[in-house]
Amino acid sequence: MQDVLNIRNYFPGLSQKVHGKPLVYFDNAATTHRLQSVIDAYSDLIISSNGNVHRSPHYLGQMATKSFENTRDKVQEFIHAKHRHEIIFTRGTTEAINLVAFSYGETFINEGDEIIVSEMEHHSNIVPWQMMCERKGAILKVIPFDDEGNLLLDEYDSLLTERTKLVAVTAISNVLGTINPIEKIIEKAHRKGAHVLIDGAQAIVHKKINIQEINCDFFAFSAHKMYGPTGVGVLYGKEDLLEQMQPYQGGGEMISEVTFKETTYGNLPTKFEAGTPDFTSVASFSKAIDFINSIDLSACISHENKLLRYAEEKLKNIEGIMFYGTSANKASLLSFTIEGMHPFDTATLIDKLGFAIRTGRMCADPIMDHYGVQSMMRISFAPYNTFEEIDQFYVALLRIREMFS
Amino acid sequence: MKIQEIQEEIVEEFAAFDDWMDKYAYLIELGGDLEPMPESFQKDENIIKGCQSRVWLHAEYNDGLMKYYAFSDAVIVKGIVALLLRVFSEQPPKDILEAKTDFISEIGLDEHLSPTRSNGLAAMVKQIKIYALAYSKA
Ligand SMILES: Cc1ncc(COP(=O)(O)O)c(C=O)c1O
Repeated sequence: MQDVLNIRNYFPGLSQKVHGKPLVYFDNAATTHRLQSVIDAYSDLIISSNGNVHRSPHYLGQMATKSFENTRDKVQEFIHAKHRHEIIFTRGTTEAINLVAFSYGETFINEGDEIIVSEMEHHSNIVPWQMMCERKGAILKVIPFDDEGNLLLDEYDSLLTERTKLVAVTAISNVLGTINPIEKIIEKAHRKGAHVLIDGAQAIVHKKINIQEINCDFFAFSAHKMYGPTGVGVLYGKEDLLEQMQPYQGGGEMISEVTFKETTYGNLPTKFEAGTPDFTSVASFSKAIDFINSIDLSACISHENKLLRYAEEKLKNIEGIMFYGTSANKASLLSFTIEGMHPFDTATLIDKLGFAIRTGRMCADPIMDHYGVQSMMRISFAPYNTFEEIDQFYVALLRIREMFS
Repeated sequence: MKIQEIQEEIVEEFAAFDDWMDKYAYLIELGGDLEPMPESFQKDENIIKGCQSRVWLHAEYNDGLMKYYAFSDAVIVKGIVALLLRVFSEQPPKDILEAKTDFISEIGLDEHLSPTRSNGLAAMVKQIKIYALAYSKA
């Protein structure tokens, strides 16, 4: 992409030094850097719109409500949802999934019902379902993946039964990078009468999302993985399901009327937004969406893919390297191990050279178990990363390797 | 030697390094030289799990002194484990309980001992003290 260098200027965090070295940021799948426009909007709004959203009747409260609700419109438009009240603000992907696991579970799940997840899910798309199954006496089933990191769809077919109520899978794996065929997964589930939740945490910046085309029932993502603020996430849910579902938390703003005899709940979306949300962050999130709308997303994805191929070609030369996740259809992240270089040791030293990478079990124990490894290293790219940074990373890895020999 | 003296000795050793590369090269050397734990001690009950690395710890009590055996799968962690064993092993439980771990921050390795750093080291120090506590009443 011709204006990679240009794009870097929008992210003040990229030009800092760490341990006295220029930062090379390769941990974008964990969290991206934040846009200057988001930071500016936040510091402006925290002064100019500092009234309690939906409640304070004064000018500052009106401004808070306006900027908060504008963001809801922006999100609706961004993912092409049918209704604005299908957009629920949460703290992040994790809270969005927990909301569904609780509220959908309470409303629709009975003993003996079945939930399907995949073997490549982030813990946040496993544990809430285990908790729900425990609570409701439901059964959790798992779609396995092959060693390249592709879900075994034949196995999926045989897991789907009349008792399947919900399928929860990730659109893109945060460890393997696999772009899953969610359209197919959703269609098969719907044919059996099951609902589908898509974990969109990774996909939201690597794929154009059109909710109505995908036709999933729930979709969850986090603002901090798309250049936006921390502490903000989105749950999209189909109107008729959200209408039927029990509230997740009780409190202010989610009610219609409260007496000690009986409380009636409010309408969507506030029914699921109890308490004062992080309204300043939510409002500043709209700047991240503006930014993504303003750039050429296909060009960004193509640049990221080139970075991925380049990194693979380069790192392949390192003796003893193993890549995990080699699907033909993958997003721009690379997980690997190197014989004789423990991920923790490597991360500790490479950090001192200015490189931010992820190591460990990456909130995905089942993937570690699949390959029989204790931990991995991962580099993950954003459109602002460059080929030079990959060259520097390669040299740094070799330098560290020497320290271990 | 007393715990305090050993700690001072370590701080002095590390003062000789002027950059992080030398410091970590030394830790890697220490880690490489750490005697493997007897296999019978390297069992699941002795494991301290972290997301980033694993540490095994085994303790024995003989003639008024604690003896610790420890190991890790990451070499830098092993280097720090070697330092901790040098400080705490073959010491009376009472001294271990009273000992501070300030020397770790003095040699600039406190980031590895922070309880939120899931490499098993912070939990190892805690476990060392728990064993000492158990035998301090012996
Ligand atoms: C695939 C996937 N799902 C869920 C999450 C959880 O997101 P958050 O921690 O923002 O709630 C992540 C983030 O690491 C992820 O990569």
